[in-house]
Amino acid sequence: MILAQMRNVTRRYGDTVALDGVDLSIRAGEVVGVLGPNGAGKSTLLKLLVGLRRPTSGTVELFGGSPLDPANRRQIGVTPQETGLVPTLRVAECIDYVARHYPDPLPRDEVLARFGLENLARRQTGSLSGGQQRRLAVALAFVGRPRLVFLDEPTTGLDVEIRHVLWDAIRAFHAEGGTVLLTSHYLDEVEALAQRVVVIDNGRVLADDTVDAVRGLVGVHRVSMAAMPLPPLPGVVAMSESDGRVHLLTPDADELVRALVRSEAPFRDLAVRPTTLEEAFLHLTSRRPTADQPLTGANA
Amino acid sequence: MSALTLTHARFLLLETIRVPVALIGTLFFPAAAMLFFVVPFAGDDPTAATFATASMVTFAVMTSNLFGHGVGVASDRALPWDAYTRTLPAGPGPRFAGRIIVGLVMTAASLLPVVVIAVLLTEATTTPLGLVLGAGAALVAAIPFTLMGLAVGYGLPMKAALAVAQVLFFPLAFFGGLMSSPTNPPGIVQAVAPYLPTRGAVELMWAAVSDYSPDPLPLVMLGVWTVALAGLALLAYHRDESRRFR
Repeated sequence: MILAQMRNVTRRYGDTVALDGVDLSIRAGEVVGVLGPNGAGKSTLLKLLVGLRRPTSGTVELFGGSPLDPANRRQIGVTPQETGLVPTLRVAECIDYVARHYPDPLPRDEVLARFGLENLARRQTGSLSGGQQRRLAVALAFVGRPRLVFLDEPTTGLDVEIRHVLWDAIRAFHAEGGTVLLTSHYLDEVEALAQRVVVIDNGRVLADDTVDAVRGLVGVHRVSMAAMPLPPLPGVVAMSESDGRVHLLTPDADELVRALVRSEAPFRDLAVRPTTLEEAFLHLTSRRPTADQPLTGANA
Repeated sequence: MSALTLTHARFLLLETIRVPVALIGTLFFPAAAMLFFVVPFAGDDPTAATFATASMVTFAVMTSNLFGHGVGVASDRALPWDAYTRTLPAGPGPRFAGRIIVGLVMTAASLLPVVVIAVLLTEATTTPLGLVLGAGAALVAAIPFTLMGLAVGYGLPMKAALAVAQVLFFPLAFFGGLMSSPTNPPGIVQAVAPYLPTRGAVELMWAAVSDYSPDPLPLVMLGVWTVALAGLALLAYHRDESRRFR
């Protein structure tokens, strides 16, 4: 059963294209991770799905209808941004306020317990630490017993302990049959929670597959050295130059280094490291980086 | 009125009264103006005290709505919480209606000290009917100033909204004749007042609590202002909607 769906959705802000022809279906029982660098279009995707923004073209459906219709939002839960809590309201009041919008909300004490907020019920949100605020913000998404929860960067900037409290709560919700769409720019967060990953950048869906498949796709290493020119090397998917160094992206760094040594080409300061997610996106998109020299495919 | 509207009103009220500065602005200034300007200068004369009290009530209605909505809406718009509430299964209606209710509650709260001071410390007097009519006049006067506040709040960012409200309220009060006697105002006030919304509002108030018969011109202008401010508020609201939620 499909709970939420985007069909050929494009969203522009003035001249900027935030989403460009996106197709996406969220099925019941899934945890879907939306992965992408800042500015990729993750937030816009979420805003369209929860009815905060309208598509420039294409259609967005939530429970078979428009997300702009409040009735179709009765079965979703959304997290406010952490800094967005009303500082003068108490924790319990925030929960009560949200609960009154739903026909059958979770009892307040259960919400507090699930997110480790029992001792903070009387505190004004403005006096909470960043981690406590985030726990409350995420908790609010679950107050209305939703079937589908949208979490925007739920643990960005949190320490490991709080992160695991939130992960456990999200896993428990999923175990009860709940559906989750979460955005993140942490690969490990998506790996820990999601079965399916949607990679977006520049407003486009670059990959939409199982976690394993996408991990394979982005399991790329960066081999860089001071050397010029290089002979043809096997398994190079992209190459760039900056500051007199050559950077090669490859799925098999060992084989590349072996071939490099065998070629007897002069090089120094060899460095091998896993790519950042950012570089993985470069690899997926083959887009040209802005700071460096143009990135060229190995076969070009 | 839906339960959700009351929910939104209740929580907006909680947010408002927990910010001491907002409370001082609403409750303290009209009461202070009563204590410093009305009690010592007009307190002993029943007619003058009654008119002056009615003027201060009008002043309180204007400032509480202009600042309450002008600054309140502008600062809410800047908070992500406001957008978050739009993801809850309620349209923008209940929150907006809740806002208006809170405006009225805060207006009533700002009037109370003025009336209490008038009763205890001045010779101001009116009939029970006058009191009821006065409450009605306050409600009518609240309409244009609520719309003015909404136009400022939806039309301007927080800092600009505060500045504009501060720039507006004093000239509106002074040139509208809220600080001078109904019968013998300074020349400039006499010339300008009929065209300001504060004048129509205060004439209604004077007429409600005494046997003052209001001028038609300021009342007509009050109607014109109300319609114009409604247009402006609607424009600002729609512009904000299309910027944040389209």
